[in-house]
Amino acid sequence: MAVLAPEVRSAAPRWLIRHETLLVAILLVALVILGLFNERFLTVDNLLNQGRLMTEVGLLALPMTFIIITGGIDLSVGSIVGLCAIMLGYSWKNLGFPLPLAIAFAIGVGGVAGFVNGLLITRVRVPPLIMTIATLALYRGLAEGISQARSVRNYPEWFFYTGQGEWLGVPVQLWILLVGIIVAGIALDRTTFGRTLYAIGNNETAARFSGLPVDRVKLVVYTLSGLAAGLSAWVLVSRVTTTRSDMGSGYELDVIAAVVLGGTSIFGGVGTIWGTVVGLVMIQLLKNGLALTGVKGDATIIVIGAVLIASTLIASSLHGRREVAG
Amino acid sequence: MSTIVVSRLRPGEGGALRLFASQEALLAFAIVGIAILVGLYNPRFLATRNLGDIVLGNAYIAVAAIGMSMVIVSGNIDISVGSLIGVLATISGSLAVAGVPIILVWLTPLMVGILVMMLQGAVIAYLRIPAIVVTLGMLSILKGGLISVTGGRWITDLPQSFHLADIELFGILPMPVLIMVAATILAALWMRYSASGRAIFATGGNAEAARLCGVSPRRTVVMVFALHGLFAGIAALLFATQLKVIQSTVPPNLELTVITAAVVGGVSILGGVGTVVGSTLAAVLIAEIASALVFINVSPYWIHAVQGGLILVTVVADILRRQRRQVGE
Repeated sequence: MAVLAPEVRSAAPRWLIRHETLLVAILLVALVILGLFNERFLTVDNLLNQGRLMTEVGLLALPMTFIIITGGIDLSVGSIVGLCAIMLGYSWKNLGFPLPLAIAFAIGVGGVAGFVNGLLITRVRVPPLIMTIATLALYRGLAEGISQARSVRNYPEWFFYTGQGEWLGVPVQLWILLVGIIVAGIALDRTTFGRTLYAIGNNETAARFSGLPVDRVKLVVYTLSGLAAGLSAWVLVSRVTTTRSDMGSGYELDVIAAVVLGGTSIFGGVGTIWGTVVGLVMIQLLKNGLALTGVKGDATIIVIGAVLIASTLIASSLHGRREVAG
Repeated sequence: MSTIVVSRLRPGEGGALRLFASQEALLAFAIVGIAILVGLYNPRFLATRNLGDIVLGNAYIAVAAIGMSMVIVSGNIDISVGSLIGVLATISGSLAVAGVPIILVWLTPLMVGILVMMLQGAVIAYLRIPAIVVTLGMLSILKGGLISVTGGRWITDLPQSFHLADIELFGILPMPVLIMVAATILAALWMRYSASGRAIFATGGNAEAARLCGVSPRRTVVMVFALHGLFAGIAALLFATQLKVIQSTVPPNLELTVITAAVVGGVSILGGVGTVVGSTLAAVLIAEIASALVFINVSPYWIHAVQGGLILVTVVADILRRQRRQVGE
């Protein structure tokens, strides 16, 4: 192990720098091309609006980066968003909670949902993939069952500030995302917690034998994922002014695609928050660009699906060494 | 670990007690038990017509779950199957309306199903991309493709000859049920007694050991996905022909129902263990529960929560059982 560690440390940053520079280069080229095709694209208004639309998926992508770095995955995030949105509306309308309490309650429900994922993954050793497929069904089912597919509307005016308002000329939720990005970036890069994530992803057994709190850290990242889904649900409900049980369905595709496109290895052990942010921006611009050139919303998921597979293929062929190890 | 797997798989082993405690027996008891309990509460549940509809309307899920079981036994997963079934149903419906000979209408979805799944299997096995990434990507490609090509139009005016589900053998046994039973028995026998069937268990149990025994895990995975595509094609036909119209969109959450049937049927998510008899029984059980909810005045909107709960309970029980056995040895 002592021999392996320095080698991994010296190899990873060089590869990462290349991957991220490449991504930023592609991003710039895409921006120019989209700008040339459509004059409405490169306007401050459009870009800020895209930032607004990106926030809900962006908040989920931060903890997803942590989870994928540990070698895990969370497919239930979209369903947790749906469940939290319903709990927000239900606790306010049906249980008579004051709205601020309902918001806190919904985020809390998200935390519990993520905690349950983490608990069974660490204590019973259910593989993350199958655990979160089960809760993908379970949490969506709870959202449908509790709401009986009825939507909640008529929120007070102040509630829409988070999703539609602006602060210093920038959409409010973009500030939330910005704070999230900075906190997550520092946590991943500069804290023992963050370094533990890489250790788990590179070699979980070695991390365990090194005395790292593997189970506790995993429990924390899945709980964070649930909390982020709660936050995302709040922003989403505030933006679209209504609550429905199918909210957030399919988000897992966008989130995982953004993280993987950003250079985080699906095999674990490699990845950065900055990469994820670039991945997020690329996915959102791709959607926007396609929409502006007249491609309908349904067709964009074809492109995102293809991007997900292609970026995994490219990353794994650039990085063949990891496969052999895995 | 591997010793446990082998001992569980040896044909003909174990006495009455073992049979009693098997997943299949458990599922059969659950199916009968729920029928009796719900029947006591609301006798209309036991009407022949209702029980028949439960099996008839869900035979396609059982058929798709056969392929899914094989995929999971081989140590993989597929979440694209729901979208694929939607696409294949639309293809066969469109061909039927266009007046293509009925044999082509029935065979084309099978061929396309095999091709799409083989492609995915090859990417997973030879390019070493995790199945979840490949099938999640394919899910959205198929789903987006279907909606943007058809615009979600309904296919109507299907020719009478298209309706496989209306054909009844000896006037009593409807075709979908016959296909479900036959496919289950054939697949179960093939998986249990043929060399290529055993290779699936070997690959899922321990790919390295399988390779050393002369089984090619890569080729096995491609074969498993090809078969999964075939079953998805059959499932799509049953799905398409049971109604008078085909809504050319992807049936929502179908892949979750298929995965639930496979997992609850006793396929171990850790790979290497499972039977297709179990998955067929589980498909019937899930359909029965969905129908029972209505008869005991519980909103059908709870069905996905029940499915998720069923997967969780089965998976946790499976893992705890294995851990206890490992400690015991």
